[in-house]
Amino acid sequence: MAVLLLGEVNDGELAVDATAKAVTAAKSLGDVTVLCAGASAAAAGEAAAKIDGVAKVLVAEDASLGHRLAEPTAALIVSLAGDYEHIVAPATTDAKNVMPRVAALLDVMILSDVSGVVDGDTFERPIYAGNAIQTVKSKDAKKVITFRTSTFDAAGEGGSASVESIGAAENPGLSEWVEDKVAASDRPELTSAGVVVSGGRGVGSEEDFKLIEQLADKLGAAVGASRAAVDSGFAPNDWQVGQTGKVVAPELYVAVGISGAIQHLAGMKDSKIIVAINKDEEAPIFQVADYGLVADLFTAVPELIEKL
Amino acid sequence: MGENAMKVLVPVKRVIDYNVKVRVKADGSGVDLANVKMSMNPFDEIAVEEAIRLKEAGMAEEVVAVSIGVKQAQETLRTALAMGADRAILVVAADDVHQDIEPLAVAKILAKIVEEEQPQLVMAGKQAIDNDMNATGQMLSALLGWSQATFASEVKVEGDNAVVTREVDGGLQTIKVKMPAIVTVDLRLNEPRYASLPNIMKAKKKPLDEKTAEDYGVDVSPRLEVVKTTEPEARKAGEMVPDVDTLVAKLKEKGVV
Repeated sequence: MAVLLLGEVNDGELAVDATAKAVTAAKSLGDVTVLCAGASAAAAGEAAAKIDGVAKVLVAEDASLGHRLAEPTAALIVSLAGDYEHIVAPATTDAKNVMPRVAALLDVMILSDVSGVVDGDTFERPIYAGNAIQTVKSKDAKKVITFRTSTFDAAGEGGSASVESIGAAENPGLSEWVEDKVAASDRPELTSAGVVVSGGRGVGSEEDFKLIEQLADKLGAAVGASRAAVDSGFAPNDWQVGQTGKVVAPELYVAVGISGAIQHLAGMKDSKIIVAINKDEEAPIFQVADYGLVADLFTAVPELIEKL
Repeated sequence: MGENAMKVLVPVKRVIDYNVKVRVKADGSGVDLANVKMSMNPFDEIAVEEAIRLKEAGMAEEVVAVSIGVKQAQETLRTALAMGADRAILVVAADDVHQDIEPLAVAKILAKIVEEEQPQLVMAGKQAIDNDMNATGQMLSALLGWSQATFASEVKVEGDNAVVTREVDGGLQTIKVKMPAIVTVDLRLNEPRYASLPNIMKAKKKPLDEKTAEDYGVDVSPRLEVVKTTEPEARKAGEMVPDVDTLVAKLKEKGVV
């Protein structure tokens, strides 16, 4: 039994944390082969070979794979699918784009956002924004899976898997990349950060969101936001934590001016320690918080920045 | 009407209303949907809105809404018609509201409808808030061999292409896809309109075709057998702290700051 794992490659670099978490999730299913695909992917392949538990690495370098467009990437995976019973990836936006396409091309169902592996056919996944956990048993011969990275620990380093170069599949030529707008930031990446500071509607404006960023920088944290804050234009969407945004599980999650809507809790309730600061003592966020502080955020946050 | 006026197909799903608290049935068989308020999946509302805007801008000629599921999904289609869709197709594929039709089966039925209707664009929600699969659009695109642009926050139709800005980890990506194409929509694409009372009345007279999954020869039996559905582990509420000093002390004690 063998597993093909699509490594998360961005501009030639391996997102080690996301990939290593998926390796942990996939290890019990069989020998893991990591596929690194991109316009350049050799360095990513070298990095993947070092992840503990990886048996083999395939590197596919081709211009058509440069921006993880769904059609050429899915075609490549399908061309390799014959040798594998499980085809898996960390549940990043890239994988969520590509993997259902792979599943349909193989005429199998996708298992999205899997949070637990029971056996080779049986998996747990959250539904209804994490308000229920469903255990499903696949009847398909091949399983196509994305793993919710926040529920698995990253595999360590120390592996020395062999690396093999392979060619790309034929590019269907249906789409082309135009541009990326990636916010440059020195902060840690949201889904792998050890500390996350998030702001909600209570922050009140884009300008005042700077306060959240200052607290985050003080803690060396990533910045998050509730959907309400994103919808109100206080914060960009790639900061969104929740059912419709990112799922995070840091050591420390600080929720500021966030009421705690179900859809937000779905994205952060697996955090180890949750701190909530809200002036409304009835806010549902306090029901999941380890430490709650009823206070005006505009006095509490500056004080917190000063005293930390 | 523009020279390149096209048809847009919009799949919509009837799901538990997003404000309703979800209850897991005690026997572990699933989520209780009996006598619960149901609404159009919020992402699908955004897709309907975008399709109607394309029509209002003269880029689209006709907007066709499709729903696959229980018969009551016709209410969801009436909502789409009241918002401004021109006609609707209901595909009855389940008799019980608890029976969820999997994205693969939905995509197969939609592929048949696409063959009949020949739209140039399928505009779908990126995920349904019940099963959270995030798959139907990508699967339909695969079955048709069409291009796909998922998680759209901006859609521009330019000749035979759609230029789509996508919400991705870390920021935004803009791609250009050849039409016919599948676009799945994300939250920030638009703010869906409310249907006015006169439009709700008018929608009752708009055509709504009723079909079944068998009409399309698609087997909707699930590939994923639900073994059980459980409540997630509840998180215990902790303690309230009186001031920032106490909070800082607690966090230091835990060694997280």
